Amino acid sequence: MAPYPEGHAMTPVLQLKNIRKSFGGVTAIQDFSLDIHAGEVVALVGDNGAGKSTLIKMISGVYTPTSGDMLLDGQPADFPDASVARERGIEVVYQDLALADQQTVYMNLFLGREPVKGPLRLLDRKRMIAETDTLVKELDVRIPSASATIRDLSGGQRQGVAIARATHWAKKIILLDEPTAALGVAETARVEATIETLKARNLAIFIISHSLDQVFRLSDRICVLRRGQQIGIRETSQTDKNEIVSMITGVSK
Amino acid sequence: MSISLPNRAVLQGLIVYAGFVLIFLFFAVMLWDRGFLSAQNLTNIVLQTAPATVLAVGLVFVLAAGEIDLSFGAAVALSAIVAAMVMRVTVWPVGVAAGLATGMAVGFVNGAIVAYVRLPSFLVTLATMGVVAGIARELSNLQSIPVTADTFIGIFGGGKLLGIPSLVIWTVLALLIGHLVFRETRYGAHILATGDNPRAALVSGIRVARLRLSVLVVSGACAGLAGLLYAGRLQAARYTLGESDLMTVIAAVIVGGTALSGGRGTIPGALVGSLMMGMLSNGLILMGLSVSWQMIIKGLIVLAAVAVSLRDPNR
Ligand SMILES: Nc1ncnc2c1ncn2[C@@H]1O[C@H](COP(=O)(O)OP(=O)(O)OP(=O)(O)O)[C@@H](O)[C@H]1O
Ligand SMILES: [Mg+2]
Repeated sequence: MAPYPEGHAMTPVLQLKNIRKSFGGVTAIQDFSLDIHAGEVVALVGDNGAGKSTLIKMISGVYTPTSGDMLLDGQPADFPDASVARERGIEVVYQDLALADQQTVYMNLFLGREPVKGPLRLLDRKRMIAETDTLVKELDVRIPSASATIRDLSGGQRQGVAIARATHWAKKIILLDEPTAALGVAETARVEATIETLKARNLAIFIISHSLDQVFRLSDRICVLRRGQQIGIRETSQTDKNEIVSMITGVSK
Repeated sequence: MSISLPNRAVLQGLIVYAGFVLIFLFFAVMLWDRGFLSAQNLTNIVLQTAPATVLAVGLVFVLAAGEIDLSFGAAVALSAIVAAMVMRVTVWPVGVAAGLATGMAVGFVNGAIVAYVRLPSFLVTLATMGVVAGIARELSNLQSIPVTADTFIGIFGGGKLLGIPSLVIWTVLALLIGHLVFRETRYGAHILATGDNPRAALVSGIRVARLRLSVLVVSGACAGLAGLLYAGRLQAARYTLGESDLMTVIAAVIVGGTALSGGRGTIPGALVGSLMMGMLSNGLILMGLSVSWQMIIKGLIVLAAVAVSLRDPNR
């Protein structure tokens, strides 16, 4: 696997330049700019309604920016819909997970990308199950079996499946929208370990979280949004919680 | 905890088979002296349910995708009438093509409105049911249109191939192809995903609108074939064809284990459900019950079966 073309090692995987998004009269994001590099974890923080999910949905092709530029590996990235962004190596763990509850784990992992075999192009279940088993073991997602139905899984297991899916397909960048919001302590630790693994694989990671402890544990840089405005970007090692809190709230200490 | 839940799903899947066996045993005992078990009667049940079973195949596609089709009964009548009228002026294969095309056209109109105007399929197909039934009445002038093409009657009605009635062959063909496509292709998997969680399907790159259109066309095609089977068996087409199939087929499919809310479906289950409904009609007639009592008892049994197979203890 050589996901990055030669000589582009220093080009950011993703560049956002003066991104703006308005819904009718409401401006959800104004003038947002950020570079994300391979092997880097950038955290996006901000209060409820600050525009975090909106930003993620623009990167993943669900929304189109009202104005501004997005570049993927230095190439202009206009995604007409989410499947195009996925083909370009961008995977998302949505806040609501986007799993089909009555289907099996392996069907969800391969949703929209099912392998087929033979002249009749029939589903290759054997391969899906085998790859699911490998992936699940690798990521330590503890599910009863690849053929378990999603709705029979716990919240943590479902989250694990959603993350495993993104991990399996991501070639460049993973966007995570509050991946541990519903999880207990042990499960949160497991998700954080997975994120470290992905980072070691040289993927770019953009994570939304309301837990500042988590943000400081995981991230290399922290980007703060307040009511659609980009307040600033800090190196995690050069800042502290007090500074970030005051940036989020706008109240200086 | 994660052990007992799949068991529940498995149990629910088996209910239709248990119900089938129970009703069969009940009639076998109650009607032992009235010929229920005779080969001829059992064959009759299979032949009589053939069009309903074909319709059930199409409805599994529609329900699994999270949509509904209420217009298929009317589409059956219109397809049969168009086929019969065309066969009066030209050769029978053109009539067959016209009949199938009519069913698919109804499905296409339903699907296009559901998928692209984004109206609920319940309301759209409720409306087209009326429109299509009206057109069938207008075209046929409320008259029965005779079908006289012998080859057509042989192929779609009373004929046999290697001793197997052609109605059975068509039904088995529809079941096999339907099952293969539904269970073993990406299209089938995408139907289930869309019926289950349309947003997840959408962000996974599944073309949800096109898929919704397609399942209604499948249902229309099945209505077209069912119309041909009726026309072949009765050697005539009439605006009342398919009228009584609406409730029977919906019941058969749901009792068989397909979720009315989408995301779950089975064609073998729909077959057993359809045979069960056919057996029920047949047995109640042999018991000598009046039509009103047949309706009441069938309704109650369907209610009971649906309650057992659909009740979700998680809710
Ligand atoms: N489709 C939409 N149409 C109109 N307004 C929208 C839409 N999506 C988001 N908004 C508005 O944009 C703003 C930002 O919403 P967003 O969901 O991005 O916030 P968030 O930072 O993810 O919040 P949370 O922490 O609660 O998830 C909100 O004011 C919201 O009402
Ligand atoms: Mg959000």
